[in-house]
Amino acid sequence: MEPNFGAVVTVTNSGQRRTPKVAKTSSVAKKAVMAVSGIILVLYLIAHMVGNLKLFAGAETFNGYSEWIRRIGEPAVPGQTVLWIIRVVLLVAVVAHAWAAVSLWRQAKRARPQQYVARKAVAQSYASRTMRWGGVILALFIVYHILDLTLGVANPEGHDSTPYDRAVAGFSNPFITAVYVVALLALGFHLRHGIWSATQTLGQSNRTRERTVNAFATVFAVVLTAGFLIPPLSVLVGIIE
Amino acid sequence: MNLKLRVWRQRSAAEKGKMVTYEVTDVSPDMSFLEMLDVLNEQLILNGEDPVSFDHDCREGICGSCGVMINGRAHGNGLFDSHPQTATCQLHMRSFKDGDTIDVEPWRATAFPLIKDLAVDRSALDRIIQAGGYISAPTGTAPEAHSILVAKKDSDAAFDAATCIGCGACVAACPNASSMLFTSSKVVHLGLMPQGQPERNDRVVNMIHQQDLEGFGGCTNIGECSVSCPKGISMENISRLNHDLLGALRAGARPKS
Repeated sequence: MEPNFGAVVTVTNSGQRRTPKVAKTSSVAKKAVMAVSGIILVLYLIAHMVGNLKLFAGAETFNGYSEWIRRIGEPAVPGQTVLWIIRVVLLVAVVAHAWAAVSLWRQAKRARPQQYVARKAVAQSYASRTMRWGGVILALFIVYHILDLTLGVANPEGHDSTPYDRAVAGFSNPFITAVYVVALLALGFHLRHGIWSATQTLGQSNRTRERTVNAFATVFAVVLTAGFLIPPLSVLVGIIE
Repeated sequence: MNLKLRVWRQRSAAEKGKMVTYEVTDVSPDMSFLEMLDVLNEQLILNGEDPVSFDHDCREGICGSCGVMINGRAHGNGLFDSHPQTATCQLHMRSFKDGDTIDVEPWRATAFPLIKDLAVDRSALDRIIQAGGYISAPTGTAPEAHSILVAKKDSDAAFDAATCIGCGACVAACPNASSMLFTSSKVVHLGLMPQGQPERNDRVVNMIHQQDLEGFGGCTNIGECSVSCPKGISMENISRLNHDLLGALRAGARPKS
């Protein structure tokens, strides 16, 4: 609708000024998809990290915990129902996160086809600079990680082993542990910038909150990454066997 | 001061450009960066060469016409700790050292097509403003200023956003060539005022829609824009814009086609 320049305009609400829907999805809406799917994934990561620490409680407890995940909701719902709901939600979140990222990455490439001869960055951090390729590393890692510890097909113990055996067998190998360490550090950096960026994207930041949000993002990324790193490294040095 | 300049020369958008090296001698430290370019151009004209094209107008740091990448930074902001953030015209040669080599390039973005040398067409920013950067108000006698009260913190934040001069440095500095800092400052400076409320939802939706149509990139909250901005406009405006946009989409506002 065109603005009315002719008459004194009275206050109207947006509903009265509704205009036709256009197919183009705005870049900001894609960012919101990225932020919300990221939050879902982060919530899952917290539970995942806490669960991993049960490796210290021994084989029986850890395998029992793994069994329990498959039985959540029983007997109200059939076995594995909740597990599959979680898996579907995670898959949708990962796909949405990656779709938004790839789409915005391509938009950014189109927005500057010719690069500067000289360019000097002063505000960007290592975390913000590596968001995209770090995300690619994480996507590849997730595939390997599922083949390794969930399905067991890429694990030295094979698929007909207990979760505890698979974890110990895998992390006893320094090369496998090295892959996990690299991926988890990439995750840490991804979270460091991701948490701040999601807060901005969802419109929850301002000048006074900015410092707190960034400090929280750093602390959260460090704690979560450390929590994930402790069990594999403990297996490697023989604390867990 | 004697300087070595490496300047982007490109006769038109259709032709290929390249960095060309020039020696500029006897530069006074009191000259502004643009005056130094004037000296270079006088030299080029005397030699029968084509002078370097660049945009400029007020040369007081308030109009937003000038703007080039200096050593990889928009307006040179972020290169010198001692120097306040400003436009190219208010950057003085005393910030440089005798014998320095300075790279000078135009803003690079699909949405800013190159006209010649260092001059680019920034009308994309005007079209973003046309899409929603206005209020509907009767013209005529100015109303009594106290008839509509505005909270001090809102008027301060709106004024900070309104200091945007639309130079395009944020786009030039952004790794994604996004104009979010520009668009957000326009959205916020009207959106915080009572007079800006009638179009608040449509404004943000239409301006973002136009921004995407122009071929700008998306924001990844890196912050190069804010440290390159001659007015130091804060990233909090981007957060406010996002808040407005998500609220507007929920309320059913859609971009006009």
